[in-house]
Amino acid sequence: MSTSTATRPETSVEKKSGGFTAAASNYLDERTSISAVVKEFGRKVFPDHWSFLLGEVALYSFVVILLSGTFLTFFFQASMAEVHYDGSYVPLKGVEMSAAMASTLDISFDIRGGLLMRQIHHWAALLFVASIGLHMMRIFFTGAFRKPRELNWVIGFVLFILAMAEGFTGYSLPDDLLSGNGLRIIDGMIKGIPLVGTWISFLLFGGEFPGTAIVGRLYTLHILLLPALVLLFIALHLVFVVVHKHTQFSGPGKTQQNVVGYPVLPVYAAKAGGFFFIVFGVIVLLATFFTINPIWNYGPYDPSPVSAGTQPDWYIGFADGALRLIPPHLEFVLFDRTWSFNILIPLGALGLFIVLAMIYPFIEAWVTGDKREHHILDRPRNAATRTAIGAAGLTFYAGLWAAASSDIIATHFKLTMEGVIHALQFVVIAGPFIAYFITKRICLALQKKDREIVLHGYESGRIIRLPGGEYIEKHEPIDEYQRWKLVSYHDYKPLMIRPNSRGKISVGQRARAALSRWFFEDRIAPPTRGEIEASHHHEDHVEIESSHQNH
Amino acid sequence: MFRTSRKPRAGRKTGRRSPLASVSLIALGLLLSGGAYALVSSSTAVADTSSTATQATVEEGEKLFQANCATCHGLDLEGSDDGPSLIGVGSAAVDFQVGTGRMPLQAHAPQAPVKPVQFTDDQVNALAQYVASIAPGPSIPEDQYLDAEGDAARGAELFRVNCAMCHNVAGAGGALTEGKYAPALTGVTPSHIYEAMLTGPQNMPVFNDANLTPEDKRDIITALKFQENSTSVGGHPLGALGPVAEGLFLWIAGMGIIVALTVWITARSN
Repeated sequence: MSTSTATRPETSVEKKSGGFTAAASNYLDERTSISAVVKEFGRKVFPDHWSFLLGEVALYSFVVILLSGTFLTFFFQASMAEVHYDGSYVPLKGVEMSAAMASTLDISFDIRGGLLMRQIHHWAALLFVASIGLHMMRIFFTGAFRKPRELNWVIGFVLFILAMAEGFTGYSLPDDLLSGNGLRIIDGMIKGIPLVGTWISFLLFGGEFPGTAIVGRLYTLHILLLPALVLLFIALHLVFVVVHKHTQFSGPGKTQQNVVGYPVLPVYAAKAGGFFFIVFGVIVLLATFFTINPIWNYGPYDPSPVSAGTQPDWYIGFADGALRLIPPHLEFVLFDRTWSFNILIPLGALGLFIVLAMIYPFIEAWVTGDKREHHILDRPRNAATRTAIGAAGLTFYAGLWAAASSDIIATHFKLTMEGVIHALQFVVIAGPFIAYFITKRICLALQKKDREIVLHGYESGRIIRLPGGEYIEKHEPIDEYQRWKLVSYHDYKPLMIRPNSRGKISVGQRARAALSRWFFEDRIAPPTRGEIEASHHHEDHVEIESSHQNH
Repeated sequence: MFRTSRKPRAGRKTGRRSPLASVSLIALGLLLSGGAYALVSSSTAVADTSSTATQATVEEGEKLFQANCATCHGLDLEGSDDGPSLIGVGSAAVDFQVGTGRMPLQAHAPQAPVKPVQFTDDQVNALAQYVASIAPGPSIPEDQYLDAEGDAARGAELFRVNCAMCHNVAGAGGALTEGKYAPALTGVTPSHIYEAMLTGPQNMPVFNDANLTPEDKRDIITALKFQENSTSVGGHPLGALGPVAEGLFLWIAGMGIIVALTVWITARSN
């Protein structure tokens, strides 16, 4: 913002003195040459679409997290030293707990504004991960990860994982009963890894769980290492956004070579700056009116009690759900070791899911053989197979996610726990296939509708009665701006199997051709210019014919 | 008689017992054995201290029992294929099951749900006294343990160790197997909480007085009532269900507002 005031007098400085602002900006510019930067960035253009702001929401909530988190570090003690609580919350008075828990209670009850700050921090964290998730969905379903942005997808995905790690380490810091239960589950998962699990667990906790070291260690990760990594990757992410320029939806005048939208200065700087405060405001309102993580209800951590209805924050829910859905009796003893496949299968499945999602841009690029740059976004329906894959992945994730609340679903909808678990097992295993087929068919149907509208116009609602008694509805042709949106997409065809230079068809080639066929077998070709013209000619013809009949 | 015999023996002090001794010994023995019996059986015996336990109420209770309960529990409380024997369950169990509306059972289900109470307080009491009159069992707790003015901090700790694994650490309830559940503990009267601990209704284990002393039970009730009656300092508690409710609220309300605002910001003014 300050830079925008710095440039404006730049051009007018020769004409007349612009007063203090001009003098100050000239002073700055002569010493920093900042005008070149402002000129470059001030003229950067961003296209306007609501879904392009989701990444900004994530960025802004991260800023809110940094600000509120800094406040919390002033008062939080990351120590597991035993103390007897002596604050103003009566039902915990005199209870033995760690200094971490006691200081969190002090922040909540005895430090002015502390509870609000805690709740701002926690709600902002939930919003941070949620907006990252929504942002990723937008990127995926519009194909914004295609060349040249594949690496930025991976960077964004790393940010998503870092955000979950930030969330989990923060969730565990107060050392309350709920987070302690969560930590115990993580400990169990680590110990379930064959050979190295127990060693890693003892290394992490500094001995047997829970030990006296874990809160301090998580604190270091939470406020030092992870935020630094998040900042680094955000910087990289944004550098790539600047380098690649922003994508845009297709429209008249929008090409692969340009970006149509508003410049950063003054429009986007004002919009984005204002939007920061809007996001901040929403978070503060949430924190003011809605409780989050009332640790005083949970009490201090003690390894013996485990509360019913213990769940992690929403973004770890899918992992918790995987553990709940895995059938029992999958562990056995072999070679004097316990092999806990009830833990290894969920770990493996989740790891595979995450890796596949992370490298999806490369998989799709290989399958389609598309090496062109893409700056125009796909409408989800026009990439039917990708949209269907995305829907399948989301169903898988959502099934696991819902499973993390299986007990609450059971009690609140008066169902049996086993029924909920079995239904969600079905959703997780069969659901993705069902979602895939339904989504793909919906996409193709929508494409057909688009083609129909382009070739035969939209239904105008005007019913005409012909002299013969027949009723027809008049179709009106759509205007060219709308038609552009409906026809401007690529038509992909399955790759042909071709022998390589030695005249052989490799296994890789065959696999690729098969995948490509699966990807593009069912497709609706966009109407060609010839078809559109022919249809118009046909319509004119019909028009003449009908008017002829009327006479 | 005592007076006449005392006078001639007044001079002899040694060797002979006072005639009062035997009387006082018997009295003492009776007192001790009675007291010990009362002490030993205080957790199980019916404390027929309440003045309501008259023969009339017992008879009224018997009639109510025969009309409303005997189909399943048998005319002599012996039980049947449809319901357990009630011999020895005591007045506490009857007061809890009937007083919360769980009994009479409406339908066979994994668990008897709370429903509107079918009897007046007097009728519930009559039923309880009748069942207690057949065989001794845990009795309705005394008011001194129900005042919810014990040690809340200690009660909360006992609750976390003994109760939270089913009822949730905030007393919000939780799921059990096969459609059974541990109900939420808000809005339950102190006497029903006490009776539930004492008798272990449905899937709940019994927390007898050796396990949790009446004083412990009083502290637990104190903690529960404190939590129920204290205002939620952090704002709306969202059902006190923990991260699931918070996550759901964030995705629906929080993200909903944010997305609406992004649409507003990028809307083109016409």
